[in-house]
Amino acid sequence: MTGGTLAVRPPLRRPYRLRPARVGVYAFLLTAALFFLLPLYIMLVTSVKSMDEIRMGNIFAFPIQVTLEPWVTAWTSACTGVACDGIRGGFWNSVLIVIPSTVLPILLGALNGYALSFWKPRGANVLFAILMMGAFIPVQVMMYPLVRILATIGLFSSLPGIVLVHIIFSMPVMTLLFRNYYLSIPQELFKAARIDGGGFFRIFLQLMLPMSTPIIIVAAIMQVTGVWNDYILGLVFAGRDNLPMTVQLNNVINTTTGTRLYNVNMAATILTSLVPLTIYFVSGRWFVRGIAAGAVKG
Amino acid sequence: MCRWKKYKRTLLQPSRIETALRTVMTLKPKQLFRQLVSWAALLPLASTVLVAYLGTVLWSLKISFTNSRTFPSDQYVGWAQYQRLFDNDRWLLSLQNLALYGVLFVAACMVLGFLLAVFIDQKVMAEGALRTVFLYPYAMSFVATGLVWQWMLNPGNGIQQAVRQMGYPDFTFDWIIDQDMVIYTIVIATVWQASGLVMALLLAGLRGIDEEIWKAARIDGIPTWRVYVSIVLPMLSPTLITVFVLLFTAVVKVFDSVVSMTQGGPGTASEVPAKFIMEHLFGRANIALASAGSIVLLLTVLLLVLPFMLVRNRSTLARVEK
Repeated sequence: MTGGTLAVRPPLRRPYRLRPARVGVYAFLLTAALFFLLPLYIMLVTSVKSMDEIRMGNIFAFPIQVTLEPWVTAWTSACTGVACDGIRGGFWNSVLIVIPSTVLPILLGALNGYALSFWKPRGANVLFAILMMGAFIPVQVMMYPLVRILATIGLFSSLPGIVLVHIIFSMPVMTLLFRNYYLSIPQELFKAARIDGGGFFRIFLQLMLPMSTPIIIVAAIMQVTGVWNDYILGLVFAGRDNLPMTVQLNNVINTTTGTRLYNVNMAATILTSLVPLTIYFVSGRWFVRGIAAGAVKG
Repeated sequence: MCRWKKYKRTLLQPSRIETALRTVMTLKPKQLFRQLVSWAALLPLASTVLVAYLGTVLWSLKISFTNSRTFPSDQYVGWAQYQRLFDNDRWLLSLQNLALYGVLFVAACMVLGFLLAVFIDQKVMAEGALRTVFLYPYAMSFVATGLVWQWMLNPGNGIQQAVRQMGYPDFTFDWIIDQDMVIYTIVIATVWQASGLVMALLLAGLRGIDEEIWKAARIDGIPTWRVYVSIVLPMLSPTLITVFVLLFTAVVKVFDSVVSMTQGGPGTASEVPAKFIMEHLFGRANIALASAGSIVLLLTVLLLVLPFMLVRNRSTLARVEK
């Protein structure tokens, strides 16, 4: 072998591996995959078994007789504490909370990011630094004062109240996402728009927002998943008529007295996880992009 | 001191103020309006920072020094609430649980996530499918996670019973009802939920490592594992710090998964600070004690996260300067 052939040989990323090592790699990955898939499998099979089959049988066993009864019960007549209307009410409450809690934080995040990276008003960077620190404050520290403030302005235990709380808690990440995105846009573009006489909002609405589609998608995925999966904020701030699906799910399973209907419980758990899981499986790489973008704090 | 005075003097020179004023005056109304607009646009940000973040923290700090019960009072009692807090067995237990849970959760997520990332990075088949499988739990809520694992781990109908039926009648796996072991079940459930995140972030880091390093290591005949431990891991340290900070914030927040999985039980065996605080705020009407607890939690976060943030910012700075 001469130097010439070495140079044209396609670059091998890793040293050549022996077969046993290869087997080891796959054995590890398959075991791990089983561990990760097991709860999903158990959820699915439990949700389509009858209670008798669950009591008699084995948690790993495939259902002998598939029944969709638990799913219907979970959706329409499972008891959450006192009422027995299933978790469909929670589903619609969550939808009503998620829509404004996604649109408004994204708009505000974009506006903040835009002002911070192009207009740079004096002192704004200090505000931004405090906001980033704010992302680390445990919610419990802010909980009681926020309850009092919302009660004073008459928004405690209401839909606008829980939306406002979501806006507050998502502001650090949303602002950071858009700020970093706009920092990667050349300043010359902004300056040209200024010279052409564009004002603050005109440049924002007609130039920057249309350019932000990728980061808006990332932010929307993060926000919908995050707000849908929230439990503690919904529990405290939403009020009895707006309890999100996660809170109702926990009530179905943990506060019901009497016999536990495990199949109904698992059906309700899947139903509650359906929205974020669908987003995850459909969005694929966008979901990972969101994680990576949100992780670069500070 | 002297410099500051000089600075102040030049800053406050009448002539300077005059020029500043004149600049403002000579600004066309339209220009002045534009400056104001960019400030006005940041009003939501400013009010969130000042009221919702700084304001609430100061308010909680203030409450923690009073003898408030259901409603805030203005009677200051000094450090008494903090003393009561650290005399409270349940709080001490919850701190102990948090420390044990935190160390195990962070360590397990890091190790499992790193191994998954490394093994996936070996040019394996079905890489996309594997990544999807490892990360999907992260899309699920902590509540759903807690409920699934509660069902799987319940000794009566869960894994224990299934293994016994398979011909091992003495098999015991009842950690979830065992006061000494219950905290480990929460570790298992949340590691299942979060280690895919570590995998995703570290895999991105691994893919960013220069091919040349691998070539050089191969030419020098260094074993692969040694390259990972001695070269790759140190190179990934910024990502590792990010991951650590993310996991640590999740540790302090741990609440949903405990509430849904064990409700803090059996007894108070899986009590955590976040749950202790929530109960004293809303159930037991002792907001001063709860506020003291939340301030302790905040200080823990600051003490543990700040050094890492500083180190990371310095290392990024150093890289930029190079």
